[in-house]
Amino acid sequence: MAILVIAEHDNATLKLDTAKVVACAQAIGADVDLLVAGDDCSAVVDAAKQLTGVRKVLVADNAVYGNGIAENLGDLLVSIAADYQHMLATASSLGKDVMPRVAALLDVAQISEVVEVVSEDTFVRPIYAGSALATVQSLDAVKVMTVRSSAFDAVANDGNAEVVSLDGVFNSAVEFVSQTLTKSERPDLGAASVVVSGGRAMGSADNFAILEQLADKLGGALGASRAAVDAGYVPNDLQVGQTGKIVAPDLYIAVGISGAIQHLAGMKDSKVIVAINKDPEAPIFQVADYGLEADLFDAVPKLLELI
Amino acid sequence: MKVLVPVKRVVDANVKVRVNADNTNVDTANLKMAINPFCEIAVEEAVRLKEAGVVSEIVVVTIGPKAAQEQLRTAMALGADRGIHVETDDEFASLSIAKMLNAIQNQEQAQLILLGKQSIDGDNNQTGQMLAALGNMPQATFASEVKVEGDSVIVTREIDGGLQTLKMPMPAVITTDLRLNEPRYAKLPNIMKAKRKPLDTVTVESLGVTLKQHQNIVKVAPPAQRQAGVMVASVEELVEKLKNEAKVI
Ligand SMILES: Cc1cc2nc3c(=O)[nH]c(=O)nc-3n(C[C@H](O)[C@H](O)[C@H](O)COP(=O)(O)OP(=O)(O)OC[C@H]3O[C@@H](n4cnc5c(N)ncnc54)[C@H](O)[C@@H]3O)c2cc1C
Repeated sequence: MAILVIAEHDNATLKLDTAKVVACAQAIGADVDLLVAGDDCSAVVDAAKQLTGVRKVLVADNAVYGNGIAENLGDLLVSIAADYQHMLATASSLGKDVMPRVAALLDVAQISEVVEVVSEDTFVRPIYAGSALATVQSLDAVKVMTVRSSAFDAVANDGNAEVVSLDGVFNSAVEFVSQTLTKSERPDLGAASVVVSGGRAMGSADNFAILEQLADKLGGALGASRAAVDAGYVPNDLQVGQTGKIVAPDLYIAVGISGAIQHLAGMKDSKVIVAINKDPEAPIFQVADYGLEADLFDAVPKLLELI
Repeated sequence: MKVLVPVKRVVDANVKVRVNADNTNVDTANLKMAINPFCEIAVEEAVRLKEAGVVSEIVVVTIGPKAAQEQLRTAMALGADRGIHVETDDEFASLSIAKMLNAIQNQEQAQLILLGKQSIDGDNNQTGQMLAALGNMPQATFASEVKVEGDSVIVTREIDGGLQTLKMPMPAVITTDLRLNEPRYAKLPNIMKAKRKPLDTVTVESLGVTLKQHQNIVKVAPPAQRQAGVMVASVEELVEKLKNEAKVI
């Protein structure tokens, strides 16, 4: 039996997350196939077939798959499910949208945000915003799961998988209206080795400019707490935490963030954590490797000068 | 138009939970419980649709122990019209919950089902999508804006790269994200009124769905603790440590 991994992409580039989910699949064992469903996505297929250890890349290239709509992508997955014992997706907004549908249609449970493979049917996943780790054994014939990509190291790119076209075209009653994607020259939050995040204390969208400069100087990505997003300082896709992005960069710098459990859930597996906060009692200092008690409006400009 | 809002009783978001001594579960005894924050947002959205004249009836449903009636009353104090309590002390996988909700939807025939994108205990983020699949309904997950237009609903969703807007025919399932609205506080007269709103209690068996066990919980363990770090006295010291000790810049 084999494992299917759903590729994460934007029709033009394959996300690094997919190479990490492939690593998770390899930890389970068995042959690994990739599904690239998209519109005009041949560049993604070219990248996908190079991922080390992938047997086949299944390609469903059709306009109906261009916007990642859960209904028809789910139907496509169900149509090929008989060949697979495991179906894995990144725990991204797409994976979370589609995989529970697939599981329900197959009458199996879904396992969310897997961070560790214990055996072919047993997996570890965080619950209660990461306050506990549950080890779950699946009793279902097909294991449908989403994988927290930050918990796995990406596979290399020296493969040359066979490419197979799928001709199933499924439609859906859902109409795509529009999409506004945040444009940024910075690396993806999930893929960056440095993340600089700001909290409520930034006080305004304009003030985030100093964090952008810091992120750029370090070649990193920009992140934020929920409070900063709710206040409209930065767009929603920058939120780090239990209900936002989960990141584990080499360096995470939290600026003016108190360290609520819901925020820690998204960054506490970072290798090195720096916290800058003017309150010595802020809980963020309990997870920080290096804490600096300071006013961020003094400390960040100085930091910019020194690095 | 009728809206169905499934809600869950969970440990309050401000309470830190701990794993129990025999590593089989988290210890929830005597902790403050509350309506799951995302479910509360779903209730609030339904109430706003009713205030806007789009919705005529809001039915809240919960599956859980006797005490979960508190959360139904909370939802009714916020403006829901009646409650359905599927009383059970068992814990179910999301798929079983979705099957029960689907049975209730078959009775209720709501045009819109609004529910939280995830509950903050299991963090599964599955039930709405599963319900949509079982009921052969379209879904819009992670909603930050909901507009009803005739027989359709237009939903803006928070996705990884930004925002996406979808339009779909009703009945449809919508799961709520944090920025859909800010729930109101229930006023005392409404809390009193909620006590007299109709609340039906039913059993799992009465729903006539076949459920099975899908998973074993092998163990529940605390996460690895981070090593305590150090406080640095100045930006200079921080930069020095990041360069020479941590070697990350
Ligand atoms: C269901 C649910 C889900 C949630 N999901 C998330 C999530 O995914 N991500 C997330 O981040 N949050 C999430 N939250 C919110 C979380 O509980 C906190 O409210 C939020 O993280 C607080 O953001 P903050 O640290 O920026 O703000 P605050 O808690 O207000 O902290 C601001 C900090 O800035 C410091 N400060 C102020 N001025 C300065 C200055 N001049 N210089 C230096 N420091 C200064 C203060 O000392 C304080 O520590 C969620 C909450 C709920 C209920």
